[in-house]
Amino acid sequence: MTTDTFEVSTPSDREIAMTRVFNAPRRLVFDAWTKPELLRRWLGVREGWTMVLCEIDLRVGGSYRYVWRGPKEEKLGLGGKYREISAPDRLVSTEAFEDAWYSGEAIDTLVLTEKDGRTTATLTMLLESKDARDMALKSGMETGVAQSYDVLDTVLASITPRAS
Amino acid sequence: MQAQRLDSTFAALADPTRRAILARLASGDASVMELAAPFSISQPAISKHLEVLERAGLISRGRDGQRRPCRIEAKPLQEADAWIERYRRIWEGNFERLDALLEEMKAKEKKRGHDSKRNTRKR
Repeated sequence: MTTDTFEVSTPSDREIAMTRVFNAPRRLVFDAWTKPELLRRWLGVREGWTMVLCEIDLRVGGSYRYVWRGPKEEKLGLGGKYREISAPDRLVSTEAFEDAWYSGEAIDTLVLTEKDGRTTATLTMLLESKDARDMALKSGMETGVAQSYDVLDTVLASITPRAS
Repeated sequence: MQAQRLDSTFAALADPTRRAILARLASGDASVMELAAPFSISQPAISKHLEVLERAGLISRGRDGQRRPCRIEAKPLQEADAWIERYRRIWEGNFERLDALLEEMKAKEKKRGHDSKRNTRKR
């Protein structure tokens, strides 16, 4: 099963790294990550959530912005700027959610390596503040959280694969 | 505070020797001497690592006289695990959808390849 190739690790106290193998050449994986018409088909879209806005200006210093809409008309925006672009093997960008309740910014580094037509993707998120990580934890573990936290939970629940 | 503890948990886990110590303790309590044995570093160096782990609440030290056996403490690890699990769940779903999309992209490309070959042949 493909999910067997999925690994999550924490290289440091502010980093989380995810490694996954895809059965496709890396230029396709890079395209799927950087072309709006492709990205909006897989990133964060699950059970009633759609990406209603996906703007990508793929240049160093260029911005991207994603907005999702949920089944109860909830909206969630995420955006950032590209810092390094080396197609089809490396992409570095900043990332921050737009809502006020979330103050954490992260730097995402995507590295793609190809072997025998298969691509290993490693996505490392370096959290600039610890807020982002703590928020992710709190929203999962505390009850009676503010409504804005519920939005995050709804998102997370909605994109969780069904237990089989 | 939970968030603060998570900081020290991740800081403590960032070191390979400390992770190895925890792995060893997962199979049972051990003294500093027993813990130092498999490593090529000194006992005082191991003691330093144990201090970090103890401060992070990842281990506790027994009162058994000189031996003071170390014991692994599960709760901070479970909290750290919950955080990692959250990312895992989110991205597992994303990656499964990406798998499906990539298959589609490959099929399209293959078809396009066939078409262009056919076109060349016609000419």
